[in-house]
Amino acid sequence: MKSTTNTNDQDLVLPYKYPWNKITIGIIIIFICAVIGVAVGSVYIPVTSVLLILLSKLNLFNGSIELTPAWHTIIWNIRFPRVVLALLVGASLGISGATYQGLFKNPLADPYLIGVASGASLGATIIFLSGIPFTYGYFSLLPIASFCGGIVAVFIAYLISIKSNNTHLSTLLLAGLAIGAFATAITGILMLRSDPDLRPLLSWLMGGFIRAQWSHSILIMPYIIIGVSFILGYSRILNTMQLEEYYAESLGVNTEKTKRILIVSATLVTAAAVSFSGLIGFVGLIAPHIIRLLWGTDYRTLLPLSGLMGAAFLILADLAARTIVSPIELPVGIITALVGSPFFVYVLLKTKGSTVDGY
Amino acid sequence: MVIDLQNISFKYGSVNVIQEITAHFNPGELVSLVGPNGAGKTTLLKLISGTLKPSSGKIYIYDQLSHNLTNKKRAVWISMVPQNPKLPDEISIPDFVMLGRNPHLGLLQWESKKDFRIAHKSMSLTEIDYLSKRKLGEISGGERQRAMLALAITQESPIMLLDEPTSNLDISHQIKIIKLIRKIHEQKSGFGVTILAIHDLNIAAQFSDRILLFSKGSIAADGTPKEVLTKNNIESIYGSEVTIITHPEHGTPVIIS
Repeated sequence: MKSTTNTNDQDLVLPYKYPWNKITIGIIIIFICAVIGVAVGSVYIPVTSVLLILLSKLNLFNGSIELTPAWHTIIWNIRFPRVVLALLVGASLGISGATYQGLFKNPLADPYLIGVASGASLGATIIFLSGIPFTYGYFSLLPIASFCGGIVAVFIAYLISIKSNNTHLSTLLLAGLAIGAFATAITGILMLRSDPDLRPLLSWLMGGFIRAQWSHSILIMPYIIIGVSFILGYSRILNTMQLEEYYAESLGVNTEKTKRILIVSATLVTAAAVSFSGLIGFVGLIAPHIIRLLWGTDYRTLLPLSGLMGAAFLILADLAARTIVSPIELPVGIITALVGSPFFVYVLLKTKGSTVDGY
Repeated sequence: MVIDLQNISFKYGSVNVIQEITAHFNPGELVSLVGPNGAGKTTLLKLISGTLKPSSGKIYIYDQLSHNLTNKKRAVWISMVPQNPKLPDEISIPDFVMLGRNPHLGLLQWESKKDFRIAHKSMSLTEIDYLSKRKLGEISGGERQRAMLALAITQESPIMLLDEPTSNLDISHQIKIIKLIRKIHEQKSGFGVTILAIHDLNIAAQFSDRILLFSKGSIAADGTPKEVLTKNNIESIYGSEVTIITHPEHGTPVIIS
């Protein structure tokens, strides 16, 4: 061990810099994706018209817009709400996926794969079919019911993976698979026993934004803001949680409290995403993994960028879902699964042999 | 008194790993825990660090019951270098060392320039600055040990506990690391307590102020290296014949078989 006289001594431990520039670029990319998402569809609407409508709605443009009322309806009442909901859901799934991965030290922990999303959709289905009126102005019981379903699912999956005393990657996923299958089965039974008139309304379970309305985005917004605030607040602590628990505790972390807060927050965000868009898998797997490959594992960087990545990805996936076999619309979950499953296999092979603690 | 162990025992299942140990650690002491495998050295370190809770008895850190301390307060006072923990492969060495600042930061507070300087200094002290671009999964066992030591130094706590800090090192690194631990200890100018579990009796003899010799969960001997590492003590506890000579330079005992 020779003492090295390094000329870049000051550069060895660089102070952490918040990725403001990457976030800015991410927001610009999302904006571009969103405009394309609104413009493209069964009826193509010029990008300039899309921008003009947006500007006039924001009171930034007062000139007259030469649009047919039909175009106006398509842009403002159909496509914009849909793109905005996809954006919110994608961001939610990206952030909650990265959070679950950090908490469970498992790079494959996706809200869909660990059963949280299925639990959440069961919760939503029960409220949906119970006949209880669930929407009161700008408050809806759906996200809350989803949250209850999701939190039960994640705790069961987590307990199984602890009880089995097996820290291998697959335990949590297998537990999640079982719980997801169980919740989906119950959801299926409930649907088939339900009033046939209600069944078409349940098509959202397939995962998609076909019925997206502005109100959906507004209804889930508070839960996403609360959950994401807690998650971002704990992002530095989540770095220490990558160590074994006793080691993190020796660095002053209250690991039990941190886990509880983060599981609840991530599940709240997932539930909000699921409650109006149904089951959409793999977004929470793909987005964090790409960010991790590009910019490392610091959760202060990983979490916000995973959210942006998830948002951009889901807007484009939704665009693909409604244009690939137009005029038929595919559920967006099919597109994310098409992209996500090979990705899952890739991550699985890459982490083969390493333990859960590899992340 | 910095650490006060009052009649503590620890049971793992029905096995008594630690049996009614009473011991005190005073400011300025560098103490080695020695003894055969399974004698309870690691367990005692884990009890002091708060990783394990004693089955009976009380542990006081700076006159406060250890049981009642928050993790944060304990981490400000005690740093720990565990033996062969699983570490996350993907974290870079500087990021890992920086985690040592966590006890000094609030929830929403991020590391300041001062924190980075402290981490940087620890990396230079442990001579791992050349690893600044590497990840934990890409370095050797000895480098990992030095990185963990750098993290503990970054924590800047008066008490440092080290579990076999030299087990993965070759002889030249062993001596360097022990000398470094001694140096860090002395920089705390009489306030610090450093306790290390260590196999190598000769290293322990040369660098410790005090040695606790463990046997089957109890302290068999406690005192200066000269008082503890006697022919009688070692032969009765390790069960093999040894010869003790005096180190020509340091005057400390040297054990040869």
